[in-house]
Amino acid sequence: MAESDTIPKMSARGVNVFYGEKQAIQDVSIDVDLDNVTAFIGPSGCGKSTFLRTLNRMNDTVASARVEGKITLDGEDIYGANMDVVQLRARVGMVFQKPNPFPKTIYENVAYGPRIHGLASGKADLDQIVEKSLRRAGLWDEVKDRLNDSGTALSGGQQQRLCIARAIAVDPEVILMDEPCSALDPIATAKIEELILELRGNYAIVIVTHNMQQAARVSQRTAFFHLGRMVEQGPTTEIFTNPREERTKDYITGRYG
Amino acid sequence: MSSRAIPEVETVAPRVARTPTDWKGDAMRRRIAGRYGAERRFRLLGLAAVALSGGFLLFLLITMMANGLRGFTQTQIALPIDFPSSPLVIDPASLKTNPEQVLAGANLPQVIDHAAVAAFGKDGGRFMSAGAVTALRQAIIDDPDILTRKATITVPASEGVDLAAKSNGSPADEAAVARLKQAGALSTGANLSFLTLSDGTDPTVVGVWGALKGSLLTMGITLLLSFPIGVFSALYLEEYAPRNRWTDLIEVSINNLAAVPSIIFGLLGLAIFLNVAHLPRSAPLVGGMTLALMTMPVIVIAGRNAIKAVPPSIRDAARGIGASPVQVVFHHVLPLALPGILTGTIIGMARALGETAPLLMIGMRAFVASPPGGITDPATVLPVQIFLWSDEVGKGFIEKTSAAIIVLLIFLLTMNSIAIYLRNKFEKKW
Amino acid sequence: MTGLMIVLIILALGAIGWIVARARATRLQIEVGRLATNSRPTQHGWYVALWTTLPALAFLAVWANVMPGLVHGTVMATPAARSLPADDFSRNAVLAEAQAIASGAQAGAFNPQSLTLVDSFRAATSRYSAIGAILAAILAFAGGAYAFSRVRPAFTARSRVERVVMWTLLGASLIAIITTAGIVASLLLESLRFFSMVNPLDFLFGLKWSPQSAALGYGNENAFGAVPLFWGTVFIGAIIAMIVAIPLGLMSAIYLTQYARPETRKWMKPILEVLAGVPTVVYGYFAALTVAPALRSFASTVGIPGASSESALAAGLVMGVMIIPFVSSMADDSIAAVPQAMRDGSLAMGATTSETIRKVLIPAALPGVVGGVLLAVSRAIGETMIVVMAAGLAANLTLNPFASVTTVTTQMVQLLTGDQEFDSAKTLAAFALGLVLFVVTLLLNIVALRVVKKYREAYE
Repeated sequence: MAESDTIPKMSARGVNVFYGEKQAIQDVSIDVDLDNVTAFIGPSGCGKSTFLRTLNRMNDTVASARVEGKITLDGEDIYGANMDVVQLRARVGMVFQKPNPFPKTIYENVAYGPRIHGLASGKADLDQIVEKSLRRAGLWDEVKDRLNDSGTALSGGQQQRLCIARAIAVDPEVILMDEPCSALDPIATAKIEELILELRGNYAIVIVTHNMQQAARVSQRTAFFHLGRMVEQGPTTEIFTNPREERTKDYITGRYG
Repeated sequence: MSSRAIPEVETVAPRVARTPTDWKGDAMRRRIAGRYGAERRFRLLGLAAVALSGGFLLFLLITMMANGLRGFTQTQIALPIDFPSSPLVIDPASLKTNPEQVLAGANLPQVIDHAAVAAFGKDGGRFMSAGAVTALRQAIIDDPDILTRKATITVPASEGVDLAAKSNGSPADEAAVARLKQAGALSTGANLSFLTLSDGTDPTVVGVWGALKGSLLTMGITLLLSFPIGVFSALYLEEYAPRNRWTDLIEVSINNLAAVPSIIFGLLGLAIFLNVAHLPRSAPLVGGMTLALMTMPVIVIAGRNAIKAVPPSIRDAARGIGASPVQVVFHHVLPLALPGILTGTIIGMARALGETAPLLMIGMRAFVASPPGGITDPATVLPVQIFLWSDEVGKGFIEKTSAAIIVLLIFLLTMNSIAIYLRNKFEKKW
Repeated sequence: MTGLMIVLIILALGAIGWIVARARATRLQIEVGRLATNSRPTQHGWYVALWTTLPALAFLAVWANVMPGLVHGTVMATPAARSLPADDFSRNAVLAEAQAIASGAQAGAFNPQSLTLVDSFRAATSRYSAIGAILAAILAFAGGAYAFSRVRPAFTARSRVERVVMWTLLGASLIAIITTAGIVASLLLESLRFFSMVNPLDFLFGLKWSPQSAALGYGNENAFGAVPLFWGTVFIGAIIAMIVAIPLGLMSAIYLTQYARPETRKWMKPILEVLAGVPTVVYGYFAALTVAPALRSFASTVGIPGASSESALAAGLVMGVMIIPFVSSMADDSIAAVPQAMRDGSLAMGATTSETIRKVLIPAALPGVVGGVLLAVSRAIGETMIVVMAAGLAANLTLNPFASVTTVTTQMVQLLTGDQEFDSAKTLAAFALGLVLFVVTLLLNIVALRVVKKYREAYE
């Protein structure tokens, strides 16, 4: 595997996360790069989602959360004094477990990010960004005639692709996906997985999933989390065929989870 | 593992040419600074809104306190009376046996006037309040021997002198205060009689007791009617009511009654209780009935929520050991829901206690110089008394109005505190 | 013997019945064994107590209504009554006075003739009271004895008592319907009488309100045009008060839910609730004593014409403050109902908190907020004391907030206080105004609850 060929887009070193007194993440170090989709797998409650949320500082919204260790984006400490959280979140986009389109039109949903960040120079430019993002999310053909319909009127799978288009619209460098298919049916899931494969290479993608087949299908690198620690990471093929750790093997073979 | 196996790294899609957003550029930096500025301004706006609302409350309370606390004090004048030379006609022998009656018929006002003129000049009588007679009578009852010598007794000052001494009055009164001060006769004492007297025409001798007693009687009727009716309705609707049109009608009625303006209940009381049922006007009975209709929906709604909060498992457990539907509710559900019901009841009663408009409609604005003896006597209540005094022209009534407001607020705050205490103490997470 | 005494005696009899029946049932239970009895001793006790008290009390309630007629008839049959005046009006006046003296409500007589009837009134009253008391006691004993005779092991006392309980509960909940019906009926009936004197169109669309001139005999035409009242109500309650309450309430709710730390929120929220618990008469006094004079002197310094010591602005401002906690708690609920995912979604895009609130949360919560505002308006227009004390009585159609305007509720109080003859158009007008107020607040509430409900469903 060409692990050393690419400079890591994001890298975490010795990260601990606390909620009040309780430690949720213990000493996690991992790199995320542009050419690979990275999957975090593990049983529920293992901390994989918590760790994902530290990568764009969404844990800041929880008053009792505290993050230790170092996480960098292009070598810059994202918890450092120079890092602006608004910028960070624009550069590191996020897609949530349950589709959460805003109760606005499809157009306004996608235009929201470019508008608040001032990325479009005019109406025509904004139209272009919206169209490009929807095309890239594979939703354009389905919604181009009803851009003024409410985003919440779409089907679940379409809503999730709308959320991906919304994230893409601000031109992020990294996209974090927190179990993006867990609320969807198999057909919608397949569409999202296709989309993830298409997006690879343009964005560094991190996907949290409890579905091992999904991790195997869409990711090139996999990290296994258990009880707040990262047990092992490596190329997806290796993790699934030849795990080094006993716990990984137990999980993958379905002993628990 | 699925047949759509792991794609090889080599199949990376061709990169789309794009110009990355220049997050470090000057324009973007300025923009972000601007956005943070807007954030701060918005936050400050929110804080200002809270501060303004809280500030208004504080301003209101301080205004009422500043005016009202003076209502609990009374300017007093030390009045020297030379009893042997006073025009008092009284039989010392019968004074010993039946002082109240003898003094009630005596020419005490004349005595006061005479002494005041002697002490403070020809308009001295004007400085004394009507309450001076009461003070003198009490002094004689306490010590009948006083009649044989010269004595100085402390009497309340008139409205004008009282006002002039506390803040500023008319020039004539200011001059009188200056003169009294010079004579060293002026002092300020606590006016606890405010809590024991009733309405009157002279602001120096009015009190809230009459109105307070009216309020207590009215609230008693309200509680007696609205609590059982409210709790029974809540129990019926929550535990027994079948889903049908009648039940819907009951629910709609209760929700609507909770939103009907209070003055409409006054119209109902006037039309039904007074004009159809011919119950006595201005009486706590009618006031209590009117307010009970208003309070009942509040209790029903609070009661239903409290009953809903009792988990079904408790009902199932009771039913499981063979309790009848009535036993399930009265032995198990009701006791558990009671704290919530009581909280709602206290809040509803506090609202009823502060209510004015419906009582005006049924004539509870009588001038009641003595406290009502029963629930059918003409009476007034505290909020209406406040309203009546606020309409008085005499400046002395301003501080009395505020003082009555303080009394009312103390009652309401106490009731609300009890409700909050109950809510916190019995708040259960099932 | 007073009525209260009789009721207490019957209740005491009920209690005795309860004890005796319970004791007997306990003995029976011991004799035949616990499992052979249908109901517990206490339930037998209740059964007997109910049979002892309910029929007797029901009889007393009927008797109390029948007795005055009987007393009246007896008194009319006495020789002294023959000399009474022939016309109904003066005869009734004498009778009423005699009765008042007999019952002790009145000390002396204005009409000496009534004194001659006092004794017969006293005699008749005490005779019929005694008859009533004796009959009630007989009923109590009979009922109790009948029920007591049925205390047997197999007797289903429990289900019978429970049936009474159920009927009581049902009866209690019917009071809400009766009250609503009473409100609608009294408003409608009196309004119809009013509209038989005054054309409804003149009332609803007339521009001149001067009930005093109607009372003075200048006729009902053009005296009851309620438009100035409607305008004053809307101006104060729906415009000025809302201009104060909506921004302050909404921003307070936003600050408390989105920015304030939990500890801060913990003591700030009760302060707003205290604001809601202050009685309206206190607000009214404050408006009249402090706010209105300040506004008037402000207006005259600035040179605004028509400034009055009772102004729409004073009443509206203070009413707005009173409504703040209401708007705030409705907004609070609506914002809390927006799923956390919306907020996260926006923040994860790099939006600031205020951008998230303004562009996502508020638009999403808007239907709930609008519903809350409608409820607030309905409460504001039905509010009475603030406007009575601070808005004034002049029925002006003016846009000047410093001028005095009057409202529907103010006029209702004005029309119905003091001495009233119940049939004049002046007093009946209060009921017509009440009907309008009732209908409008009801509609506002129905619409508001619909909006809020629909909005809640959208997120469930």
